[in-house]
Amino acid sequence: MSEYHLDARNILCPLPVIRTQNAVQNLQKGDRLTVICTDPGALHDIPTWSRINGHRILEMKNDNKLITIIIEVEGLGS
Amino acid sequence: MASQRKAIALISGGLDSMLAAKVVLEQGIHVEGINFFTGFCVEGHTHAIRKQDKAKPKRNNALWVAEQLGIKLHIVDVIEPYKTVVINPRHGYGANLNPCLDCKSFMVGKAYEWIQQHGFDFIITGEVMGQRPMSQLKHVMPVVQRESGAGDLLVRPLCAKKLPPTLPEREGWLDRGKLFDFSGRSRKPQMALAEKFGITEYAQPAGGCCFLTDAYYAKKLADLWQSRGSRDYELDDIMLLKVGRHLRPRPHFKLIISREEGETNFLEGYRRSFTHLRTLSHGGPLALVDGETSHDDLVLTAQLVARYSQGRDTGQVDVAIHHKNGEIEQISVTPLKPDEIPEDWHI
Ligand code: SF4
Repeated sequence: MSEYHLDARNILCPLPVIRTQNAVQNLQKGDRLTVICTDPGALHDIPTWSRINGHRILEMKNDNKLITIIIEVEGLGS
Repeated sequence: MASQRKAIALISGGLDSMLAAKVVLEQGIHVEGINFFTGFCVEGHTHAIRKQDKAKPKRNNALWVAEQLGIKLHIVDVIEPYKTVVINPRHGYGANLNPCLDCKSFMVGKAYEWIQQHGFDFIITGEVMGQRPMSQLKHVMPVVQRESGAGDLLVRPLCAKKLPPTLPEREGWLDRGKLFDFSGRSRKPQMALAEKFGITEYAQPAGGCCFLTDAYYAKKLADLWQSRGSRDYELDDIMLLKVGRHLRPRPHFKLIISREEGETNFLEGYRRSFTHLRTLSHGGPLALVDGETSHDDLVLTAQLVARYSQGRDTGQVDVAIHHKNGEIEQISVTPLKPDEIPEDWHI
């Protein structure tokens, strides 16, 4: 299991989702990706993207406009 | 047993593409969704920017549709390659700056590249014959097939029966008898099909799927091209066209003035790249100046900004001008009166 970080601050949805998707594509099952972003839309879109692609959200917090989402890579495939 | 066939469905977030994907899923095909982000999409940004829109759901409709259908969704960033479609469309524009026919061929073309890279068999779109936009008229349907390169690997399940059989139909991967022949502007057949599938909630995009169909937006983009003397843009340019009041008092510069707190927060992210103004003595907007300005120009911009501040009815408003080099200049100005702002300054 490896830990990765993605800085998706100051970009608007769907760009944080696209960056997350592209980062996860290169990871292995069990890896963890911490995404940091500022668009509140990500609070909705990243979990939805994770659910439909079979990944798990381990943690999600919104501290004074800074959003942190930790994803565990599970589903793999196309 | 033959292996399960795989299709990629262009998912816009609206009802038609959702139904098209569902029709094919029902035939036992493995379906995944694909959605292209051009920078002009109505999704996401506007909700994120404007505070008054905060009450509306902030979901991304394409992701939501994929979840309802139980399929994966691939969102592809096409900001760069899409520029040639907008700047120089082979088939021209629709009512505004929407290059719908070129856009459709571009997206199907990208989906075609995708299926080749990922070992998928064919492509699905939610087009309905004879509906707006112009890319859905009968005589242009073959144009998309041809110019995208997808040929008869492109299936339009909602109007397939009005078109020649495609490869997936001829090969028996899809039962043509269970595809549809929808045409015209009526939404009734789609609504009936949605009901049959138990789909009760769906997004109803008004006008089109992107800002290029919006007359006000198109006017601002045309103004941007004209003022720069070239038809080009960066992502930041087209994002800024979605926000604020845009005024061009002189040919060589324009002002972007926030209309509410959400827009002010959004413009804050850009202020370092622009000369910008704020009111000091009264509450007021943040304004970015796009273009090169003289001192007199800046006095005029300050008067305009004062006009949109809470000090608009007072004799004098203090304004701070933040120059790009970091210098801050403070001036006191008389707000312009409404009749001193010609209508044609508004872009
Ligand atoms: S409305 Fe916009 S996204 Fe939709 S086909 Fe036309 S140009 Fe493309």
